[in-house]
Amino acid sequence: MSSKQQLLLSRDTLLSMLRKMIEIRMFEERVERLYREGRILGPTHLYIGQEGVAVGVIEALEEDDVVISTYRGHGHGIARGVPMKAVLGEILGKSVGTCKGLGGSMHAPISAEKNIPLATAIVGSGIPIAVGVGLAFKYRERRNVAVAFFGDGAVNTGAFHEALNLAAVWKLPVLFVCENNLYAMTTPLKSVLASESISARAASYGMTAYTALGSDVLEVYETTSRALERIRAGSGPAFIECRTYRFKGHGAYDINTWYRPKEEIEEWLRRDPINMLAERMKAGGLLTDEDRKKIEDDVARQLDAIVEEVLNAPVYDYEKLPSLVYATPV
Amino acid sequence: MPVRELTYVEALNEGLREEMRRDDSVIVFGEEVAASGGVYKVTKDLLKEFGPKRVLDTPISEIAIVGAAIGAALNGLRPVAELMFFDFAGIAFDQLVTHASKMRFMSGGQVKLPMVVRTQYSLGRAYGSQHTQFLAASFMQAPGLKIVAPATPHDAKGLIKSSIRDDDPVLFVESGALYVNRTYYGYKGPVPENEYLVPIGKADVKREGEDITIVAVSRTVSEAMAAAEQLAGKGISAEVVDVRTIMPMDYETIIASVKKTNRLIVAEDSVKTGGISAEVASHVCEYAFEYLEAPIIRLNSPPMPAPQSAELERNYMVTADKIVSAATRLVG
Repeated sequence: MSSKQQLLLSRDTLLSMLRKMIEIRMFEERVERLYREGRILGPTHLYIGQEGVAVGVIEALEEDDVVISTYRGHGHGIARGVPMKAVLGEILGKSVGTCKGLGGSMHAPISAEKNIPLATAIVGSGIPIAVGVGLAFKYRERRNVAVAFFGDGAVNTGAFHEALNLAAVWKLPVLFVCENNLYAMTTPLKSVLASESISARAASYGMTAYTALGSDVLEVYETTSRALERIRAGSGPAFIECRTYRFKGHGAYDINTWYRPKEEIEEWLRRDPINMLAERMKAGGLLTDEDRKKIEDDVARQLDAIVEEVLNAPVYDYEKLPSLVYATPV
Repeated sequence: MPVRELTYVEALNEGLREEMRRDDSVIVFGEEVAASGGVYKVTKDLLKEFGPKRVLDTPISEIAIVGAAIGAALNGLRPVAELMFFDFAGIAFDQLVTHASKMRFMSGGQVKLPMVVRTQYSLGRAYGSQHTQFLAASFMQAPGLKIVAPATPHDAKGLIKSSIRDDDPVLFVESGALYVNRTYYGYKGPVPENEYLVPIGKADVKREGEDITIVAVSRTVSEAMAAAEQLAGKGISAEVVDVRTIMPMDYETIIASVKKTNRLIVAEDSVKTGGISAEVASHVCEYAFEYLEAPIIRLNSPPMPAPQSAELERNYMVTADKIVSAATRLVG
C-alpha cells in the first residue's frame, strides 16, 4: 500500500483506527493476565496480532450493517464500539457483561445495539447465519451488508460450503471475511487445504474473492471498501481472505511453543499491525512517538478502572435464568 | 361458525397462505417448496400468489437452510424453512440445537428468533430406515426450541399460524402418514372458515372417556381414536389426549385426565428408549403417582431402525390393535 493511498483517510480516522487496535491489544493483554491469575475460567481466545483485520473491516462498515462474530471475537466487539467494560464483564462471567455473564468469552462481543447478534463458538456455523441476515437485507431492499468473520479452520466445514453457495446463487449482500491465521488450533492450514488458496476456493463458488495482508489495517480497509461497494451495488456476495497471525496460542491456555517455527513467529511479529500503521503515520507526519504513548497511557488508565470495577461486580441472579430461555414462555 | 372439510395438507397450506397474506415478513424456503409446490404439496401455489422473493427453492443444503432461517429471523423476518424429511434434521442438528435453541439464552436475552422449521416424518409409508424416523424426542434435549406436532387438519392450521407468530424458534413436525392415509382420523376433518389460532403448549382431549387415558402424539392420535372406538364396543371408555405441543408439554391436561381415569397408556412413534413416552410416564409417576391404579403402559416403536417392507413396518408401528390390546389388559 502506498503512502498516497493512506492519505485518503483523515488524520482523525487514522488515529481512531490506531487507538482501536491499541485498545484491543491492551485489553487482550489484561485478559491474558487475568487468565494466568486464575480469575478467568473457561475457554478464552485472544485476538492479539489480528487487530488489523477487525479494525480494517469494521471501519469500512455502516452502523446498521450486521456482523456475525466468532469465539475469537473480543477484537470484533471492541472495534465495533461495544464498551470494553461489557466485553470484559462477559469474559469474567459478571452481570455487567454483554450477555449478563451467561455467554462467556466466546460470546462476549454479542451486542444487539451494535448489530452483532451472534458470536458463535462452533467453527464455521456462523457463516450460514450471516447468509440469512443478508437474505433479510435483500428482501427488504436495504443497502446493508451482513459480514461473517471466521478463521481458516472454518473453510473445511460443510457450513462454509453450503453458505457460500447459497449466498452466491441468491446473490445476497454478504461479505465473508476469513481471518487466515495459518493454524486451526495446532494444525497448519497447508496440511488440510489442497486448494491453491482459500480465496481461490471461495471464487469457485461464483463470487469476487480478494486477498489482503491482515497486518496492514489500511489494506484491509481498502479491500473491504471495494468489496462493499460491489456488494451494495447488488452484485452479490464477496470474499476477503486476510492473511494474519495470532501472536498468542489458540486459547489462553496454549503457550504456543511447539507447533510454529520460531522464524515464522518472528517474521510475523515484524508485521505487527499496530506498529505498521504507527510507522506509516509517522512517515506521513501524522503521529509522533509521544502521541502514541499518550494513547497507550490513556487506554491503560481506562483499563485499570474497568478491571477493578468488573472484578467487583456481582454475577447475575441464577433464579432469573429460566426466564431467558424463551421470548414467549407458555 | 361455518366449517368445511379439509385435508391435513390443505389445512397447512391454508395456514401458511393466511399468515403470508397477513404479514409480509413471512417468507418460505426449502428444497422443492417453490416451483413444484412441495413434494407433498403443502406449499402448493404459494409461489404463484406471493412470488419468488417470498417463496424460494434452495439447493440441497440443510445446514444453510436452517442457518439462513436463523439469520433472517435475527434480522426482522419470520422465515418458515422446510426440511423435507425429519431424518434430514440430523444434518442441521448444529444449527437447530447448538444455535437456534441457545442463542437467546446465551446472549442474555438480547436476541429473539421468530422462525419455524417445518418437517415431516414418514412412518407408515414404507420409506425405509433413513426416511421414516420421528426424532422429536432428540430435540427435547434442546430447551429454547418449541416442538409442535399437530394430528388433525384443524390443529395443523391453527398451530402453523401460532408458530409463525411466535417469537421463539419452533420445530413444526408434521406426519407424512396424515398427508396420504385416507383411513386416518387426522387425514381430513372440519376446519372453520373463519380465522382461528390453536395455542402452542395446550394439549387437547380429542375424545372423552372414563376408564383409561391414552396420551397420543401426531400420527398415533389417529390410531388412538380408532382404538377408542373399538374399545367402546367392548364396554371400555377411553379418553384420548392429543398433546399437540411436545415442548413445552401440557402436563396439566394429561394429569387431569389421569386423575379421572386412573389408568394411562402413552402411545407415540418415538423409538421406546428415551422416547417422549418415557418423559410423560416419568412425569406422571413423579407428580400423580397416587392416582394410578395400574402400571403405565408405553407403546412405541422398538429400539431398532424402521424396516422398509410395508408389512414389517406395520409390526414395527404403534397401531390401534396394539392400543386396544394394552387397554384391555389394563382395564380387564
